[in-house]
Order: sequence, then structure tokens, then C-alpha cells
Amino acid sequence: MKEAVNISNSSISSDTHQPILEIRDLKKSFGNKAVLNGFNLKLYEGENLVIMGRSGAGKSVMVKCLVGLMLPDSGSINVMGQDINALNRMDLDKLRTEIGFLFQGSALYDSMTVRENLEFPLRRHKHKFGNITDTEPLVLEALERVGLVNTIDLMPNELSGGMQRRVALARALILKPKIILYDEPTSGLDPITSKEIIELMRRVQKQYKTSSLIITHDVDCARVVSERMILLVDGVNYAEGTFQALRASEDDKVKAFFK
Amino acid sequence: MLKPTKIKSFFIEIGELTYFTKRFFKELFHKPFEFNELLKQCYSIGNRSLLLVGVTGFIIGLVITLQTRPTLEEFGAESWMPSMVSISIIREIGPVIIALTFAGRIASGIGAELGSMRVTEQIDAMEVSGTNPFKFLVVTRILASTIMLPILVVLGDAIALYGSYIIENLKGDVSFLLYFNKVFNALEFGDLIPATIKTYFFGFAIGLVGCFKGYYCEKGTVGVGLAANSAVVFSSMLLFIIDFIAVFVTDIFFEI
Repeated sequence: MKEAVNISNSSISSDTHQPILEIRDLKKSFGNKAVLNGFNLKLYEGENLVIMGRSGAGKSVMVKCLVGLMLPDSGSINVMGQDINALNRMDLDKLRTEIGFLFQGSALYDSMTVRENLEFPLRRHKHKFGNITDTEPLVLEALERVGLVNTIDLMPNELSGGMQRRVALARALILKPKIILYDEPTSGLDPITSKEIIELMRRVQKQYKTSSLIITHDVDCARVVSERMILLVDGVNYAEGTFQALRASEDDKVKAFFK
Repeated sequence: MLKPTKIKSFFIEIGELTYFTKRFFKELFHKPFEFNELLKQCYSIGNRSLLLVGVTGFIIGLVITLQTRPTLEEFGAESWMPSMVSISIIREIGPVIIALTFAGRIASGIGAELGSMRVTEQIDAMEVSGTNPFKFLVVTRILASTIMLPILVVLGDAIALYGSYIIENLKGDVSFLLYFNKVFNALEFGDLIPATIKTYFFGFAIGLVGCFKGYYCEKGTVGVGLAANSAVVFSSMLLFIIDFIAVFVTDIFFEI
């Protein structure tokens, strides 16, 4: 297994914090192609961690293993002290309420209105809010956070790409998760909308005090939101450190990301 | 000639479909039950097929009567027309033709809907939000299809017999009461019950194949088209196999 290049220690030290999410020696192959080849990761409470990698490097596979959408070949994934792969369906669903997931293409349910999209995660998990009967205040609060209250009765196809991404973020936030996973949050968006989404991600992190794992290949996004970065190359964490430290690196593979 | 890889993939698909069926029965009896979604799907599936089934049934009745009448006239047996038409429609033609049109409408619709949900990660989003997508999307659609097809077949059969009556009334001056009196005299439980039971299996097969093709859709938007298309082809083929088995079993128990 290749050793990660530790370019610079981030401000968050593993000695003082317990990781809220930890991946150890994760391996996943499709046929003969090894996508993840011993990937390791620690996400600390309140931290914004960016994972960068080329297309097809296995970033989305890693994040899907993380929420139990895909089974890894080997390795362990520990979220808030629980091993994801050892949980039964009910416990996994319960744990998933602590993880918000913003999908690459927003993944809004296109047969439902914005309101129904936001109410959907609440159907099975009202217990988190004391079995409330009226979900309207929670829906409005989440939409207010992303500035889209006026779209509540619209269908997803009536929204622009940026608005869809914001509604998807509101849906990811509605259960007030402790961890948010962003899968390419700015892909397919114009530079101005990308900046709005990045700004929103920072605001959300401050308001909800979440830990964020951001999968991206957008250098601007990584520069603004990251506190620490991991470069995923050949299925392993090739380099790790702050944005500035990685940018100043002389390693050819690291430099290629910032050209 | 079929290549060995095609034969292999065919058997792999049969295996996967069997596993999918097993999972359906496993999830069916486990809480939580998605009752509201089931009602919504019943309404949607029934409503979407109503006009098509009505028109198809009506035309079946008209065509069978128009095509058969000259032959029966030759033998002076026009009075047998209601009996002959009713038995052929209730036993075989009604259920099979209506199920085929239902498959064309519903299996392709379900295949395309679930397929597009799969490729746009909506199914993954459902899973991550703590809802079992198999239960919410698949179980409800298969159940709705199983419940609605028999109702639609009964309706389609009734419309087909009415279509037949219209031709008889125009050509042979037969009254409504006389026609339907002859229809009900000709029919027995041995005609009605097996024909109704097999429509439940037809509905189940159509829902199952549509969901299976859509749920495991791959290859992006091209895959969605393939899922919709293969759902219709596969479910239509399955209908004829089920029909053969149903007729075979009926022959043993009712001596048709």
C-alpha cells in the first residue's frame, strides 16, 4: 500500500479530536479494475474536508460506500462510532439520518413538488423531532436557509440547475444531520451559481455546525471551503494537507491538480 | 444462432429475476407498509389504462362478432353467437389481449420511470434518506398492477360483450336482454374463475418485469429506453407462458 504524502498538518490534530467519520484501508474493485486500493480517511467534528481526484478516480464510489449504497470489498467505515457494514437495515437507516447527502445531479424526486421532496425524509424519521404531526415549519426553515421559500409548490423541472442544487441541499439538511457529504456540488453549474453554492455551503456549515466531506475537482471550490484536503490518486490518499500547502507542493502528481 | 454469452446472460437474468421476486415477497410482509403509495399507484395505473382497455375491449367485441357472423349464418347458427363470443372473450381473448395492451402501457411506463429514477440517482437519494426504495417503489407498483389488471379485464370483457351486442342488434335485431341472457346462460364458473385467477398472475408478471427492468437500469438514458422496451417484450412473452400454464391447469381441474 502506498503511503500518503503528508504535505502539511492541518489545524485539526488527531491527538485532540475523535474523528466523527473514519475510513480504514478501503478497497473496492469492479471486475479486474481496482478503484479503491486501501483508502484511508478521518473527518473530525466541525471540519470541512475536501477530497480531490480525477474523474473515475473512485471519489463517488468511496462516498457511496460511506453511506452503505455500495459494499466495499474490504476495509472498515466507522461513522459516529458505528461500523456501517455491521449494521442491520433499521440501524443503518437510523444512522443515515445523521448524514446528509447532496448528490451530483441534485437527485430531486421529479414526480414530487419541492414541498414533497423535503417532506420525504421526514416520513420515517419524525421521531427525531418528537413525532411532530406538522412538518411545515421544518420544511420552511430548510427552504429559508437556502433562500427558496417561494419555490415550495413548484416541481423540480420548473427550477434552474442552481435552484435544484439548493433545494437538494435543503432536503439534505432537513433532518439536521451532523455530517454532510457533497458529491461534486458545483459540477454543471456556471461560475456565478457555483460561487453561490460554495457560499451557501460555508453558511450552512456555520449555522448547523456540521462536518462536511466535499468531493470535487473544482479547485476554486476546494480553495474556499477546505480546511484540509486529500488527493485521491490510484485508489489511495496520495497527498494530504491544507490547500495552500498542497498548492505549493513540488510533487508532479499534486501539481497536476492545480494547473 | 444464439451465442454462448447471450445464453449465459439470459440465464443470469432469469436468476436475477428470481431473486427479485423472492425479495418482493420478503419485503411485502415486513413493516412499514406503504399503503398511501399503493393507493396512489392503483389510481395511477388504473386511470392510465382505463381508456386504452375500454377501446381495446370494444373493438375486440365488434371484430369477433363481425368476423364470425358470416360463418355461423352459413350454418343457420346465428343464435349461438352470444354463447360463442362470450366464452371466447371471457376465457381467453379478453384477458390476453387486455393484458397485452396493459403490458404495453404499464410495463414500459414503470420500466422507464424507475429507470430514469435509477440513472438520476433518485433511488439512491431515497435509500440515503432512510426510506426503503424497494418497498416504496417496487412493492407498491407490483401490488397495484396485480390488483388493477383483473378489474380492468372484467371491465374490458363487459365492454367487449357490449360491442358484440351492438353488432348483433344491428345485424340480427337481437335485444339487449335476450343477448345478455344467452351470454350468462352460456357461461359457467369453470369459465369465469380460472380466467379471473390468471389475470392476477398476468398483472403480477407485468408489474414484476417492469420494476425489475427499471430498478436495475444501467447505461444512462440509453438504458432507460432499453429498460422500457425490454420490459414490454419480456412481460408479453411471460404472459403467453403463464397463459399456457393456466389453460393446462384449468384443463386438469375443469375439463374444458
